Amino acid sequence: MMLPVPPAMRASAAKSPPPMKTVVRRIKFESELDLAFGERVAERAYGQKLLSCIQCGTCSATCPLSHYMDYTPRKIIAMTREGFKDEVLNSLTIWLCASCYSCQVQCPRQIHITDVMYALKREAIARGFYPAHHPIPVLARSFYERVFAQGRNTESRLLITLYLRTNPLVMLREAFLGFHLWRKGRLSLKKESIAGRKDLRKMLNAVEHGKKEEPL
Amino acid sequence: MTYLYFPGCSLRSTGRAYEESLLAVCRKLEIPLHELDDWNCCGATAYVSIDETRAFTLAARNLAIADHLPQPDGSDPQILAPCNACYMVLAKTHHFMESNAEVRAHVSTALHAGGMTYTGQTRVRHPLDVFVNDFGIDRIAKKVVHPLKGFRVACYYGCQVVRPFSEFDHPVYPMTMDRLVTALGAESVDWPMKTRCCGGSLTGTIQEAGFRLNRALLKEATKRKANIILTCCPLCQHNLECYQQRINRRYGETINLPVAYFTQFMGLALGIPAKELAIQRLFKPPLSPAPAGKQEIHAHA
Amino acid sequence: MPDTDSSHPLRIGFYICHCGHNIAGTIDVASVAHYAAALPHVSVAREYKYMCSDPGQELIQKDIRDLELNRIVVASCSPLLHEHTFRQAVEKGGLNPFFFQMVNIREDVSWVNDNPAAATVKAKDLARAAIFRVSHHRALDKKHVSIHPDALVVGAGIAGIHAALTLANAGKKVTLVEREPTIGGHMAMFDKTFPTLDCAACILTPKMSAVRNHPNIRLLSYSEVKVVGGYVGNYKVTIRRKPRYIKEELCVGCMECIEACVYKEGKTPDEFNQGLSKRKPIYIPFPQATPQVVVIDPATCIEFKSGHCKKTCVSVCDRGAVDFSQKEETIDIDVGTIILATGYATFDPKRLPYYGYGKYPNVYSSLEVERLVNASGPTAGELILRDGRHPKTVGIIHCVGSRDRNTNRWCSRTCCMYSLKLAHLLKEHTEAEVYNFYIDIRAAGKSYEEFYDKLLEENIHFVRGRVAEVTDWAARPSEEGKLVIRVEDTLIGVVRRVPVDMVVLAVGMEPSADAQDVRRMFNISCSTEGFFLERHPKLAPVDTFTDGIFIAGACQGPKDIPDSVAQAGAAAAQALTLIDTGEVELEPNTAYIAEEFCSGCKSCLGICPYTAITRDEIKGKAFINEALCKGCGTCVAACPSGAIRQHLFEDDQIFSEIDGILADDNLTTAGVER
Repeated sequence: MMLPVPPAMRASAAKSPPPMKTVVRRIKFESELDLAFGERVAERAYGQKLLSCIQCGTCSATCPLSHYMDYTPRKIIAMTREGFKDEVLNSLTIWLCASCYSCQVQCPRQIHITDVMYALKREAIARGFYPAHHPIPVLARSFYERVFAQGRNTESRLLITLYLRTNPLVMLREAFLGFHLWRKGRLSLKKESIAGRKDLRKMLNAVEHGKKEEPL
Repeated sequence: MTYLYFPGCSLRSTGRAYEESLLAVCRKLEIPLHELDDWNCCGATAYVSIDETRAFTLAARNLAIADHLPQPDGSDPQILAPCNACYMVLAKTHHFMESNAEVRAHVSTALHAGGMTYTGQTRVRHPLDVFVNDFGIDRIAKKVVHPLKGFRVACYYGCQVVRPFSEFDHPVYPMTMDRLVTALGAESVDWPMKTRCCGGSLTGTIQEAGFRLNRALLKEATKRKANIILTCCPLCQHNLECYQQRINRRYGETINLPVAYFTQFMGLALGIPAKELAIQRLFKPPLSPAPAGKQEIHAHA
Repeated sequence: MPDTDSSHPLRIGFYICHCGHNIAGTIDVASVAHYAAALPHVSVAREYKYMCSDPGQELIQKDIRDLELNRIVVASCSPLLHEHTFRQAVEKGGLNPFFFQMVNIREDVSWVNDNPAAATVKAKDLARAAIFRVSHHRALDKKHVSIHPDALVVGAGIAGIHAALTLANAGKKVTLVEREPTIGGHMAMFDKTFPTLDCAACILTPKMSAVRNHPNIRLLSYSEVKVVGGYVGNYKVTIRRKPRYIKEELCVGCMECIEACVYKEGKTPDEFNQGLSKRKPIYIPFPQATPQVVVIDPATCIEFKSGHCKKTCVSVCDRGAVDFSQKEETIDIDVGTIILATGYATFDPKRLPYYGYGKYPNVYSSLEVERLVNASGPTAGELILRDGRHPKTVGIIHCVGSRDRNTNRWCSRTCCMYSLKLAHLLKEHTEAEVYNFYIDIRAAGKSYEEFYDKLLEENIHFVRGRVAEVTDWAARPSEEGKLVIRVEDTLIGVVRRVPVDMVVLAVGMEPSADAQDVRRMFNISCSTEGFFLERHPKLAPVDTFTDGIFIAGACQGPKDIPDSVAQAGAAAAQALTLIDTGEVELEPNTAYIAEEFCSGCKSCLGICPYTAITRDEIKGKAFINEALCKGCGTCVAACPSGAIRQHLFEDDQIFSEIDGILADDNLTTAGVER
């Protein structure tokens, strides 16, 4: 007599057995941590509130992007506070933050979480702690250079630079949309700039002499 | 009171319809605008990811330009920033220049190198706030010539217009735009996503994440029988409008919602011709939901 | 040469306390003693480990006798703690207790200074100032006032009830004032109580009827205190009795008038049931209400609104208890002591719109759920939601309006436990899946942890995470028609979406809306959160800074029933101590009028915060009631003719102290002689 096979069993029978999971040794020695990291980040993100985190997870739950993150925002705060510097700076989380500030306005400890993410992003970019051609840091840097030079951003040119520096194939995918926008008068290739470019650059260069962030 | 108009980079490209409709509405309501002289990019969210003090300096240059233009009546100069990101960044910079001595010292030094100073006079305002709270919702209601009956509007505020440096409405459940569209004769749809982020530039970088955020917004607005989404930010409008077809293809959805600027919507109610409101620049113009059927608004406007 | 009140020359004794490491760890006490010894008129300067200990006090007394000291200075901790101790020691040694000055070198110096050299210099400066000052001290008499034996208890929740009964059982006459038409407070609304799950009404109502029947308790329900005057032992209180439009002495609570009301159905949200049911304009809050007397709400009664009601309530009452002409009354009473037990308010969850309270019908506050599961509640204990459904899944959200810098920073202490209780009751009533979303479980009371343990075994879900939002946004077919709770399960590290039928918001406890008005009326203080402030957080938890006024229950801070009752007992004991002592000693640092200088200008009258100053119309001079004066000094500074002075703060005393502070550090024998 044939017994009906549960669908799950059938599916697994059809496929080859899953590969054996390799064991991973996971332990953290205090000597590997940077215990003062939390305080330094807190200082850079306006105040000691970071240290008052009660790990309630409101930030993660309100974050629209936390489900793509390798560590939820709450974990980033915990790891920052405890000095897991390398893990934090290498995380995908800091790049996914879209600066919507929902965590910050709902945090019961009023931690400036978005500013924490910015501080970590800056540190990661300064140290080159991101995958090559990762679009987000590349976009940030391209934007930065363009505005530094011209005082304004030209959206179309920024995107072209981004695609050239990350994945030129994407440009083909986006060309169709670009064409549509152009037809509607919503795309301009004209380079935008301001008259006071020279003075602006003087200002931005003055920051170099004023406040240069020390590595965290 | 003349508002110092700060278009920001987007309103000169993808957000042109926002600029054109905003200017048309201000003309109609006789709200005087003067474009801020030689304004520069606010720095958005990207600049601060590279260098924070420079990001503050960049934004502060705009505040400093306005700072020297006090009003004839002695009131503080007010920057009108229609883009949510510009609004937030400028407001944040003002906030830190007021409350953080270290930021103030470094940024002032930098501004000085370019021959500028910022004394902290400038106020940063969003048109939504200005129309509803300065001009007044009752006065707007009185000027409505085409009540927008039949429109079920999903008001989409985006994130940065109400937080965290803005004070004119609740940071999670704002109502300003809902009250405005009701005054225009339309119905506002209650939905829980009005400040849920559209992903910003993620649609161009990590597209899967960006698309899914927009898909959730579009699906929910559709499900609640909204027949239009209104936005007050060029990036939100771009994301929600331009990627609809690709979202449909990628996830097998059948979303088909017009996404317009709230200023365009206001203009229609105030009787401004569709062309002046740049309705033609939308991929999908708002349809009149009147029983007559799919009559396009600009046909009778 | 200052007035010594004796023919002897000044002989000052100076004592510096180590206070273990508290002082000596930072200040070089030997050096301070050595320095003081060389100052003018100082006969002896000693250091000792603990000056407040018996040997320390005996040291002072022995020196007074042996060395004929006539002034004493002790440098140690805050006068708030030990001034009384040392004054007594000085008195036992045979001196007037006010020939004494205390220097605070602990709170003011060693605890707030980490530089030993600077701290030692500051200690010397302060010691020198006190030594200069004490030379100018005068002998003062202690004053006593008698204590009226009657007491007032304000608020008749469980704390007020317990305090009133304790006093009454000890034979004291008590007036118990309650704002609402019935006593019982919040506890009367609760269903079961944690952790024992005994029914709140079953344990509360016997105490309520004991109050009603006690010969020593005068219960004034539906009444509010309006004016408080007087001082410790002699308070004069005016109480406003709101009209019930029912003669309380005639009504027997048969409720036939309610039945007969022209309204066939209730139309007004029932306050006692948190608006979950409707009541008529004539009503009784709940079946065991005390007093068992109905009340008419003039805002909704047709007779009051139009004057054209058939008044069926009047005709049905054969005792003639209904009285539409009743007016507000005021009652004046004299009491010696007052206990405030004015309770708390629950946090209004509408302040957190992301939890959807007031928007989604099936989001409830915890107090509403107490009524909902109660057998005498709006649904007779059957769990029917506002939309008519029975819940299959319930989510209880903890810390709503607690532990949040955006609303209330404090932990409300009770919510964890009542949430566990509600979880148990909801599961018992409905067999639903019940989730608790918590940040930390605080189950620190007696048998509380065991209760938590039991709940875990009942298979209640415990998800550690603060909920970010409750929406009706369905992202999956399984979420359609549900309320979706979005939370990070922080123990697993994943954001979860939990669809439920019912959301319970465990709202926190906060000060009553009018706590500030009450505080001003009784002239006590509030902490920054707005709860009434106790005199000392550990050692005087039910006293206030106003003598004769005590606090009990949740008006002092969030508290559960056992703690409220314990505190009410403590407050009653403190009041009894005062009453049975019969009199109280007053601080002599009061202001007094030098009549020859007083022009009768009245500038002092309005500025006295304690209304201690009146004008003697016959003499045309100001008069200070010493029992009312708290020695704040406002009038002393304000008097344009310098006619008001203050004991222990005489001009020469203050100036000599200032001279002492400003004098050269290296001063030895010069300076005092002025």
